[in-house]
Amino acid sequence: MINHWLPFEAVLALRFMREARMQTLLIVAGVALGVSVIVFISALISGLQSNLFRRTLDYQAQIVILPPKAVARSLRSDPQLATRIQPRAQRLQSVDQWQKVRAQIEKLPGVMVVAPVIAGAGLVLRADASRSVTLTGIEPDSYLKLIALQDKIIAGNAQINGTDMIIGSDLAKDLGVWAGDKLIVQTAFGAAQTLMIRGIFDFGNIIQNQRTVYVALRTAQSLLDLAGGATSLEVNLTEPFTAKTVAETIQSLTGLDAQSWITTNAQFFTALAAQSMSNTIIRFFVGLTAALGIASVLVVSVVQKSKVIGILRATGTSRQQILRLFLLQGALMGLMGSAAGAALGWGFLSAWRSVAKNADGTPLFIIHFDPMFFLYAALGATLVGTLAAVFPALQAARLDPAVAIRG
Amino acid sequence: MVENTNVSTVLRLQDVRKIYNPGLANQVEVLHGIDLEVARGEFVALIGPSGSGKSTLLNLIGLLDKPSAGELWITGQPTAHLNDRELTRLRASAIGFVFQFHHLLPEFTAQENVMLPLLAAKGFADAAMVKRAATLIEQVGLNSVAAQMANQLSGGQQQRVAIARALVMQPALVLADEPTGNLDTKTADSIFELLRSVNKTSGTSFIIVTHDPRLAQRCDRIIELVDGRVAV
Repeated sequence: MINHWLPFEAVLALRFMREARMQTLLIVAGVALGVSVIVFISALISGLQSNLFRRTLDYQAQIVILPPKAVARSLRSDPQLATRIQPRAQRLQSVDQWQKVRAQIEKLPGVMVVAPVIAGAGLVLRADASRSVTLTGIEPDSYLKLIALQDKIIAGNAQINGTDMIIGSDLAKDLGVWAGDKLIVQTAFGAAQTLMIRGIFDFGNIIQNQRTVYVALRTAQSLLDLAGGATSLEVNLTEPFTAKTVAETIQSLTGLDAQSWITTNAQFFTALAAQSMSNTIIRFFVGLTAALGIASVLVVSVVQKSKVIGILRATGTSRQQILRLFLLQGALMGLMGSAAGAALGWGFLSAWRSVAKNADGTPLFIIHFDPMFFLYAALGATLVGTLAAVFPALQAARLDPAVAIRG
Repeated sequence: MVENTNVSTVLRLQDVRKIYNPGLANQVEVLHGIDLEVARGEFVALIGPSGSGKSTLLNLIGLLDKPSAGELWITGQPTAHLNDRELTRLRASAIGFVFQFHHLLPEFTAQENVMLPLLAAKGFADAAMVKRAATLIEQVGLNSVAAQMANQLSGGQQQRVAIARALVMQPALVLADEPTGNLDTKTADSIFELLRSVNKTSGTSFIIVTHDPRLAQRCDRIIELVDGRVAV
């Protein structure tokens, strides 16, 4: 039965495609594979990017504010005189009046949290074993909002006070200790203190797991001989990508050295751009392949159907209708291919997600299911199919009916 | 040029010429000034040896091709200045085709093939269209195979479907190019009788190209084409 709701061209297009089902099936399968590759690669790359992004910002503050470096100045200004200036050794230095600066920065728009940190070199000792570490003094309330430390605790907890410490899993293994045990912490300033291991973290990075030791801010101040000081202020924003401009604002406001994560991770952004570019190139070539496939099927179909086209023209079908008939076939092939391809791509992703897992069993990356992406893929494929059909459709519409019928 | 407004004349040709490859070395003049009239309800045989220009003439009358010179009127309407869209519309409404090799669309059933010209003209199928096609299928005696795919029918049945399709738009003129050419004598006779009865009941004019003198003799008039001219 001929559907009463479909226009003439659609009735013919569907009937032609149904009759040539092998051709239709093959080209739809081809387009579907192409679209599934696009869906898969796009989701993979966007998942990888957000994963990279998350990983980068989980372990570092978006803006780090440091005191200006100490510089040795020449006493003589005469350029004729040869002078040799010895660069200054950078001793541990506190951000001047950091409490005041902190209050000032907290008032800036878009600032989520400002945490004081004091970091210096130390040694942890147990019996005759010792390990050198980075002693990091934190204020748990603010610091836990800055770094996803809480999520990485595998034993104990992150709520430390003046006599507690948090160490990495690899350091704990090296020294043969676990949460609840005690270690001696020593510094180059001659200070030493026995602290209890309150929590053990695993950042998934052996260097950090061996080297980073968190203690309370006050404990670090006394161990590093910097009473009341903070070697840096670390800032997180509600919008990570505004870090560069906010850092500039802070620098001009305070005269301190403010470094944004965008500047310190230039490599990361180059990688993101390269990935996006490769994604675009893949999409372009897959789209081109699908278009060539559809076009070649339709070119053959026009030749095969030239007699039918002649009869249709003789029995009152216009050139425009023939043109639309073939454009529609291209569009339908694209649409059917993209629908099947989206389903296939989703299947690939689900399979991939169940295989690709982190060492800790969580998914390697989170795939964002975006219905709009599927809509765009369908629209794109339909458009590609229609464009691919332009040449064959023109060829069909230009056929001379008298010649076509005679064959 | 005389404007032909006589509606009782379905077809009129005045000094129609057809030249292939004009201006080139292989220029061929196929028709040398044809003058012709076909009245409403006339049943005309067009005969002539191969290469005499029968097919070319039929293509011109069917508006599938344009004359190189001369004027051609269909149901009183001059056609020389019509564009492709207007020609298609006029062809759809005024002319029906029956080809030697029936030329049905294999993707459709017998009845759907009959319906296609109506569908092309209107855009969407409707109940009246289906009814019209069914009536014609019945008229050509194919009720029992109406729902079969076109390529499953016998040669005679396919030619009957083609005749029904040619009639579906109620054309003033049906052009049949050797409609019985590849059928056995018995089937050829029944097809000819069908055409003749349609002609009698509906008053549709027919131009039938045939090589069969027996059939030509049974027409109202015989037009013989020899070397691109109408033989007197």
